[in-house]
Amino acid sequence: MDKATHSYVYYPGCSQHSTGLEYGLSTQAVFQRLGLELAELPDWNCCGASSAHALSHTLALALPARNLALAQARGSDFVTPCAACFNRMKGADYAMRTDPEVRSQIEELLGFSYTGQMRIRPVMGVLYDDYGPQRITEQVKRPLTGLKVVPYYGCLLVRPPQVVQFDNPDNPQVMKRILQALGAEVMDWSYATDCCGAGLSLSRADLVQNMVSRLAEHAREAGAEAFVTGCPLCQVNLEMRQTQAARLPAFYITELVGLALGIPGVEKWWRKHLIDPRPVLHSAGLAG
Amino acid sequence: MENSLTSEVQRLSGENIDLCYHCHKCTAGCPVVQSMTYGPDRMLRMVTLDQRDELLQSQDIWLCAGCYTCATRCPNDIDISAVMDALRQIAISSHAPIGERDALLFHRLFIGVVQRLGRSHEAATLGLFKVLSHTPKIQDMDAGFNLFIRGKVPVLPHYSAKAAADVRQIFKKSESEEN
Repeated sequence: MDKATHSYVYYPGCSQHSTGLEYGLSTQAVFQRLGLELAELPDWNCCGASSAHALSHTLALALPARNLALAQARGSDFVTPCAACFNRMKGADYAMRTDPEVRSQIEELLGFSYTGQMRIRPVMGVLYDDYGPQRITEQVKRPLTGLKVVPYYGCLLVRPPQVVQFDNPDNPQVMKRILQALGAEVMDWSYATDCCGAGLSLSRADLVQNMVSRLAEHAREAGAEAFVTGCPLCQVNLEMRQTQAARLPAFYITELVGLALGIPGVEKWWRKHLIDPRPVLHSAGLAG
Repeated sequence: MENSLTSEVQRLSGENIDLCYHCHKCTAGCPVVQSMTYGPDRMLRMVTLDQRDELLQSQDIWLCAGCYTCATRCPNDIDISAVMDALRQIAISSHAPIGERDALLFHRLFIGVVQRLGRSHEAATLGLFKVLSHTPKIQDMDAGFNLFIRGKVPVLPHYSAKAAADVRQIFKKSESEEN
């Protein structure tokens, strides 16, 4: 394949340097292994995440738009692992492409001219659409046979559908197909795009505990031993807010791709989890 | 009939609430509705009825998790999540008593850190939240400790001077535009 089509502007987002550390590490390791080049956007800034839009309409658009302004000249697709960053970037892109008034307001504020040509994509989308499950399977060194998981998207990767234009908000398929390509046993369940409670986690831990514990119950009922997610906020909520005695770990999709590809050093990702995933891996014969 | 709240919400969110025919799909799918007093459908009605105080002082506008389930399912394509954001912004600018003090505190701390550093910095946000919020002081201390020893709340921010300087400009310009 043409190398130029497989180079991406990489926007890590704040959480890849904090609570989502292992998501960033595994994303970079997997992309490198598959020959997909990530060039980090220099001097990127926070997208405003789940807070800017609660306080200011202008900030909610201008913060992500500054990153789009920096990235658009590079001529390659914009890729981010974080579901919230992806959502805010797509939101700003959508607003500027569909509302000329908003567009000129943001262009003026930031002093740039938006082309609207750059594709903004989640890591999972690149793995699925550009590399493809078939070729992933060909690269698998260590099939995840016997690892029973449920894909958990949360909200921001798939909603609102006309804005994010990724997968299916009611019955998403992308993560399932990637996991099946790795040989994992993907359990059917109906809660893949239910909300985990998101940014309410600190101020209303009680609500988020209820939401997350319900997800864990449904996952267990489906026969899963772990969640798989593509969102750092979901991941931390899932691992921090389960109230059951026996808790299910939450893998990032890229961690499991990395494990199946036989990437060395996966052990250091597992150690970052609040719920140790090694017992689950061990019982599937995938530890060590 | 048009009233001030409807038009204010429309200006901030771009959404026309008059399109709502109260099918209740938003409320049926809302993941936090059981903790709300009104729920999304009644909140839209309260906007059209101009019930400002009840609505702007409610917990409900802060309990919305921004999951976009309502926005996705609305048969009239009203982005109700955007309406919730608009109501929060109106509640703040009209100095209404805030129904969920700690939810707003979190947003302000998060954005305050971004304003100064250009990027989020969990150690600062979480630390300040713990000191200033009304949540029990021991709540999450164990999780905080576990995140810390795993290197997930670094003491020093991941910093870019250019990003920080540009973001400060964005805040200045946004504030002057919105005032």
